[in-house]
Amino acid sequence: MNLPAQGPVIPDFGNTSGCKANETFCWDWFADHWDRFAAELVQHVWVSAIAIVIGLAIALPAALLAYRLPRFETPAVVFSTILYTVPVLGFFLLMIPVTGIGLLTIEIALVGYTLLLLFRNTVTGLRSVPPEVRAAALGMGLTPGQILVRITFPLALPAVMAGLRVVTVTTISLATLAAYIAPYGLGQSILFYIGNTFISGLISAGVLAILLALVADALIVGLTKLVTPWARARRGGA
Amino acid sequence: MTDSATREGPAGATYRGEALAIEFRHVTKRYPGQDAPAIDDLSLTVPPGETCCLVGPSGGGKTTAMKLVNRLIEPTSGDILIGGHSVLTYDVTTLRRDIGYVIQQVGLFPHMTIGANIGTIPRLLGWDKERIAERTGRLLDLVRLDRSYAKRYPAQLSGGQQQRIGLARALAADPPVMLMDEPFGALDPITRAEIQDEFLSLENEIRKTVIFVTHDIDEAIKMGDKIAVLRPGGKLAQYGSADELLGDPVDDFVADFVGADRGLKRLSLRSVGELADPGREAPPGAPSVVAGTSLRVGLSVLLAQGAEVLGVTKEGRPAGAVTLAEIREAAGS
Ligand SMILES: Nc1ncnc2c1ncn2[C@@H]1O[C@H](COP(=O)(O)OP(=O)(O)OP(=O)(O)O)[C@@H](O)[C@H]1O
Ligand SMILES: [Mg+2]
Repeated sequence: MNLPAQGPVIPDFGNTSGCKANETFCWDWFADHWDRFAAELVQHVWVSAIAIVIGLAIALPAALLAYRLPRFETPAVVFSTILYTVPVLGFFLLMIPVTGIGLLTIEIALVGYTLLLLFRNTVTGLRSVPPEVRAAALGMGLTPGQILVRITFPLALPAVMAGLRVVTVTTISLATLAAYIAPYGLGQSILFYIGNTFISGLISAGVLAILLALVADALIVGLTKLVTPWARARRGGA
Repeated sequence: MTDSATREGPAGATYRGEALAIEFRHVTKRYPGQDAPAIDDLSLTVPPGETCCLVGPSGGGKTTAMKLVNRLIEPTSGDILIGGHSVLTYDVTTLRRDIGYVIQQVGLFPHMTIGANIGTIPRLLGWDKERIAERTGRLLDLVRLDRSYAKRYPAQLSGGQQQRIGLARALAADPPVMLMDEPFGALDPITRAEIQDEFLSLENEIRKTVIFVTHDIDEAIKMGDKIAVLRPGGKLAQYGSADELLGDPVDDFVADFVGADRGLKRLSLRSVGELADPGREAPPGAPSVVAGTSLRVGLSVLLAQGAEVLGVTKEGRPAGAVTLAEIREAAGS
């Protein structure tokens, strides 16, 4: 394995605490090391967010193209499915000779995993617009551009958001593996503490990654409600 | 107007609430890859402010004829004029915004509130917020829905209410011309009759030129000032008032289409008051009805009572009588 240097090899048990190596979780130690975890957490958010935004920037236009030109759909699905099925570590290793050891490799791999879901959900969403809605819009005198912006895309949003939700959680979890390539995100602590008998470090990083995924998930659920207030009406709510 | 390449829509600068005539001039439409035309040399004029019902068998070309007006379909040959100007010279988008369009499946925008749905075209036309809100409120009144519905979403409305909103949305920018493709076809008979009545009374207020597609001859008789019967292959079989069609169908196809009971249908069109001879007195014991009663109901009263003469009253006083023979003659063809 091509591991970069990971700081001191002997674990740092903290200066002040009376933590023992076999203790389940030591809050004092965690408090002492909060700065380190906070920094990794912020990095983790960035690494994930960049991948998701780039994924959207690629998948949405591609989906629009496939919606307009159906013959573009199959190649796009095949391509993104291949990206999706390659094991993530293999992906990293394959990319290193090309893009080097660094953030670029990490982001390319992470973006690769977002594309399939975002693309497919968006195409499905665009196609879900009832034909009579489109017919009415056209007959009333909306231009094709206005129909896309005011009708088709808003109606595709629930499907897009559902894809985004899964992709966000997946990306946050895959991003923990980024530390194999370069020192980014909570994966650093996970890698660093994984072989250690003192497990507070591993627990801290792992729980933070899980919490991050849960919070991101909740945010997207909230955002979905905000941008698709009509979807609740359809389900019979207020 | 000049003959510039693209005109303002029919509403243009000149339109001030007056209706415009729609004229089909030798219109033929042949879909690509089909031998038989869907519309074959159709010529007819709908006078300003009148409702023309297009009826005919399924596949007869009714929808095609209607879509030619707002250029959802382009004619193979011939021309359609609105207010004397060819639709082909208008900018398509402007043309469509000046034509109200209602379809059977309604097609409300599910992600927009009722208010936003109704305000779609006014917003695109750049009306200010207050004017749109004002207009939305008045249209909700017009289609008899409470103004509070403006904040709801389409999914929260019944089918009949959705169709009312579809109507309100089509009327939003006060278009001189309305195209309606089986607008009430999906509704249950009671709701349907209700909306038909509302549309009739609403038409008296707004005076639009309407092309109303239906395959239901009874609906056409009720809604249309004129009825155009299309036969399969998109040829115009007959064009005239309901009374003309029922009383004098040009051939067996039209006679079949308007129904074997066309005599009875014709009787529904007139009241006993129109036919009654004011000088005649009904014999004692004869049944009597008020002047506004239809001849059809009058006939059924006569048949039920086995009488020959029907007394007619107006505001509680005798106003002449009608005989069975006279009613039979009125039904005749
Ligand atoms: N887009 C199209 N392409 C090819 N043929 C078409 C198209 N639309 C309609 N047709 C054909 O043109 C003919 C007339 O169709 P149209 O939809 O105008 O009938 P209609 O009178 O409205 O029938 P219905 O009462 O069933 O709605 C039919 O034979 C139909 O198959
Ligand atoms: Mg039709």
